[in-house]
Amino acid sequence: MATKVGIPETPAKANPAVTLSKEEVMRYSRHLIMPEVGMDGQLKLKQAKVLCIGTGGLGAPLGLYLAAAGVGRIGLVDFDVVDSTNLQRQVLFGTSDVGRPKITAAADRLRNLNPDIRIDTFETHLSSDNALDIMKDYDIVVDGTDNFPTRYLVNDACVMLGKPNVYGSIFRFEGQITIFGYPDGPCYRCLYPEPPPPGLVPSCAEGGVLGVLPGIVGTIQAAETLKLIIGKGDPLVGRLLLFDALAMKFRELKLRKNPDCPVCGTHPTVTKLIDYAEFCGIRGEEAPVTATNLPEITPRDLKARLDRGDDLYILDVREPHEYQICNLNGHLIPLGELSRRVNELDSSREIVAHCRSGKRSADAVEFLQKAGFRKIWNLKGGILAWSDEVDSSVPKY
Amino acid sequence: MAVKVMIPTPLRAYAGKQESVEVQAKTVAEALTALTGTFGELKKHLFSDDGRLRSFVNVYVNDEDIRYLQKDQTQVREGDTISIVPSIAGGARI
Repeated sequence: MATKVGIPETPAKANPAVTLSKEEVMRYSRHLIMPEVGMDGQLKLKQAKVLCIGTGGLGAPLGLYLAAAGVGRIGLVDFDVVDSTNLQRQVLFGTSDVGRPKITAAADRLRNLNPDIRIDTFETHLSSDNALDIMKDYDIVVDGTDNFPTRYLVNDACVMLGKPNVYGSIFRFEGQITIFGYPDGPCYRCLYPEPPPPGLVPSCAEGGVLGVLPGIVGTIQAAETLKLIIGKGDPLVGRLLLFDALAMKFRELKLRKNPDCPVCGTHPTVTKLIDYAEFCGIRGEEAPVTATNLPEITPRDLKARLDRGDDLYILDVREPHEYQICNLNGHLIPLGELSRRVNELDSSREIVAHCRSGKRSADAVEFLQKAGFRKIWNLKGGILAWSDEVDSSVPKY
Repeated sequence: MAVKVMIPTPLRAYAGKQESVEVQAKTVAEALTALTGTFGELKKHLFSDDGRLRSFVNVYVNDEDIRYLQKDQTQVREGDTISIVPSIAGGARI
């Protein structure tokens, strides 16, 4: 039986002392003349407190539309710095913001859009040590983060604090949106009890993302947040909205609360925040997932051998569109096609496999070793490291 | 029964770049076996070494999660859609 959840009373206690000024009435007139919002709804927005975790691809449209709508208090959490690769989709920022902390650039932009609201900034890495403290003063949390450990952290903290978690995630041109954290509704762990091991699911950096996609998904998250505040419409509780931008199709799947969920079930076993990096199999800093006994060659050593005239076969396991950006004149067999095209390779030759950063080519080397190849090396650090250490004219992407 | 299996974006590279694949099956298990039979690379992304569906991959028949039906023994009818929905997190390089 699907979970049926009605929208509860707005979390913000209606305070008769809160009114709209003449300027606010003018600013929000398009809300006020709609029966679904009206003065009542706008006052609820003014008293609402929403925490936005992440000010990047998803956080940009989210922050902008919440500020525009007059959400009275918006908290922003981000520890990152604006760089030029962000500007393809993180539309809160401009070229002049490159190098600035995202939180400062975001707050400036939102305060300019709406000077009447309060913007709180948390230039910090959300962790088990600070999450409960940061979240406790807000009514609703919106997850605009970009990694699994933080998603599990946000989920667990929201369940423990009893706060709705408006979730959105993206990959290439697909998005997922739902609302976790309602008492009768599912949480993230009901949907995905465990994260994928690192390296198994391609990250956006390997797969790319259509710039406008987080714009669409983040805007939907903003819409759901506003609906929760004003108490109108059907929220995405117990509903997973799937969006495919290429096909321009929306689909919906039912999400159920798992009675055995370790966090939100009837007998929870996780009642305190845990070490989420450990939970997701990531220890310490980002480390390439390479087997320690995988034969490697550094870019400098490769260059030296090529200069010497060694007969090396360069195997490039990236995708064709990456080859067009930059290449080492290698023979291109994308990793996904390697098993089908392995007979194009001559195992009697010395082969150096490379990709962008060294991870996919490590998989290729492992596969080829199992297929009996003995003279095979992984280019450590990939074409990125080649650009850093050998030839800086090779563009990095 | 002819059923359509929707392939999520992260796995399309291993399914001949298709967004959906039609297979003949009477249950979800048969459908996934048919799918990984045609596209061998998909197997390790969907199943762990012990043959069980990976926990970060969910499977739906139409709009219902098979965990709340009969799991991989869930029967499928002509024209049903099986959706594979892996967890995605967005941007970070891990």
